[in-house]
Amino acid sequence: MDINDLRGLSTLFLMVAFIGLCFWAYNKKRKKTFDEAANLPFADEELNQRTMQEEGRNG
Amino acid sequence: MSELNSALEHPTYNYKVVRQFAVMTVVWGIVGMLVGVLIAAQLAWPQLNPGVEWLHFGRLRPLHTNAVIFAFGGCALFATSYYIVQRTCQTRLISDKLAAVTFWGWQLVILSAAITLPLGLTSGKEYAELEWPIDVLITLVWVTYAIVFFGTIMKRKVEHIYVANWFLGAFIIAVAILHVINSLAIPVGLTRSYSVFSGTVDAMVQWWYGHNAVGFFLTAGFLGMMYYFVPKQAERPVYSYRLSIVHFWALVAVYIWAGPHHLHYTTLPDWAQSLGMVMSLILLAPSWGGMINGIMTLSGAWHKLRTDPILRFLVVSLSFYGMSTFEGPMMSIKTVNALSHYTDWTIGHVHSGALGWVAMISIGSLYHLFPILFGKERMYSTDLINVHFWMSTIGTVLYIASMWVNGIMQGLMWRAYNQDGTLTYTFVESVAASYPGYLVRVIGGAIFFAGMLVMAYNVYMTSRRDVEVQPAPAAASAA
Repeated sequence: MDINDLRGLSTLFLMVAFIGLCFWAYNKKRKKTFDEAANLPFADEELNQRTMQEEGRNG
Repeated sequence: MSELNSALEHPTYNYKVVRQFAVMTVVWGIVGMLVGVLIAAQLAWPQLNPGVEWLHFGRLRPLHTNAVIFAFGGCALFATSYYIVQRTCQTRLISDKLAAVTFWGWQLVILSAAITLPLGLTSGKEYAELEWPIDVLITLVWVTYAIVFFGTIMKRKVEHIYVANWFLGAFIIAVAILHVINSLAIPVGLTRSYSVFSGTVDAMVQWWYGHNAVGFFLTAGFLGMMYYFVPKQAERPVYSYRLSIVHFWALVAVYIWAGPHHLHYTTLPDWAQSLGMVMSLILLAPSWGGMINGIMTLSGAWHKLRTDPILRFLVVSLSFYGMSTFEGPMMSIKTVNALSHYTDWTIGHVHSGALGWVAMISIGSLYHLFPILFGKERMYSTDLINVHFWMSTIGTVLYIASMWVNGIMQGLMWRAYNQDGTLTYTFVESVAASYPGYLVRVIGGAIFFAGMLVMAYNVYMTSRRDVEVQPAPAAASAA
């Protein structure tokens, strides 16, 4: 066992990590959380409107 | 006191710093691209290199690259990241003062670059030419930027960190590491320093930095922009949130290894060259993951492209992104690189990414942003956005097509041998043969530059309080 075995194993580790990531991301359990996250750009109109009004007063 | 209470009960966003950076994006875009057109003209007509050394091609070229990447691109990233992080975390920036420090600090960096580079003060590292005092300033501004960005994420009012922030966060962290390591140098006076690295190691560190400036500054940062503004402008959530997670981790894990493809057939060990080539080929997958995710966000809303030139900017930028991330891996193959390296093909490839992807996604995002920042319903003139869109597209196509032709021609001329083993062409013959391509490039670049002037006028008219926005085009209001 020398350093080159570790180098080889690191490739294997990355592959396992990538496959694990795919399973994690595509797990049905997480679909709801991800749908919520994907809608975050549309969830803050009230704050935006308030800021725009304030800018209009101060600017 | 009552004002303070109302601010706590009814928080607002900090749009001031976003507006400052957004306006300066247009200003620096015009400056940087004007210098680009000038040096393109100097290559077509060498007489344009006057006797003044400050205006010589060799000094203006780094000024152009620094201005478009770090001034134009940098301001666009600051503006959009501050905007995105606030809106998707539903909270104000952690500190208005620190945000202001990043704005004025970054403008100071840009001004220092604009002065020192024409004076010939350079550390000689591509995209990292600035001398050590400016490097220290960049580091300070960048750390402040990281504090503002991650501090805002930490006080977010929502549970999830939206994917755009992942890309922007990766961009901020990676650029900090790259900048500090590649700029390590021993100063010998205020305007001169020597890199702590030397020889082949220096070259490898430089291109580890250089290619990840492409990967994290010009890709991850702008993908963050894409993941917010494409869904926003298309008015539908991103096509696949799962794909965005998988391609994020794949992209950041693989990009870091691709640098050696800049050093094919050099003194860099052969195994390192091959590693760089293989990693570059793998990069196609995560890159196209981002492109597909962006473009497919429009599925079911394709009709909007007919009437919305802002969406057109965003989608065409993704097409150029897909094209240049196919071209890049192809050019990293050693045998292809043997033809393309040191030719104009490389310049064409860079500009298909820089004009087609980086500039057009920024311009599209800014057209979405400016009306909000100026409290208007939409940009002053939608027709002028459309004019700008066609100018940008035509300008980019002319630029990259002429450089493809030039690059392949140069590569073929340089490698042509006679039967007795002598070279068929002298170098200067390949320069003379490049003239038509240089001419077309000046024209393409000038058209793209002129489009930025159209944008500046449109932005100015949108900002004026006494000017009403023009009515929406008939087609848009009918739809």
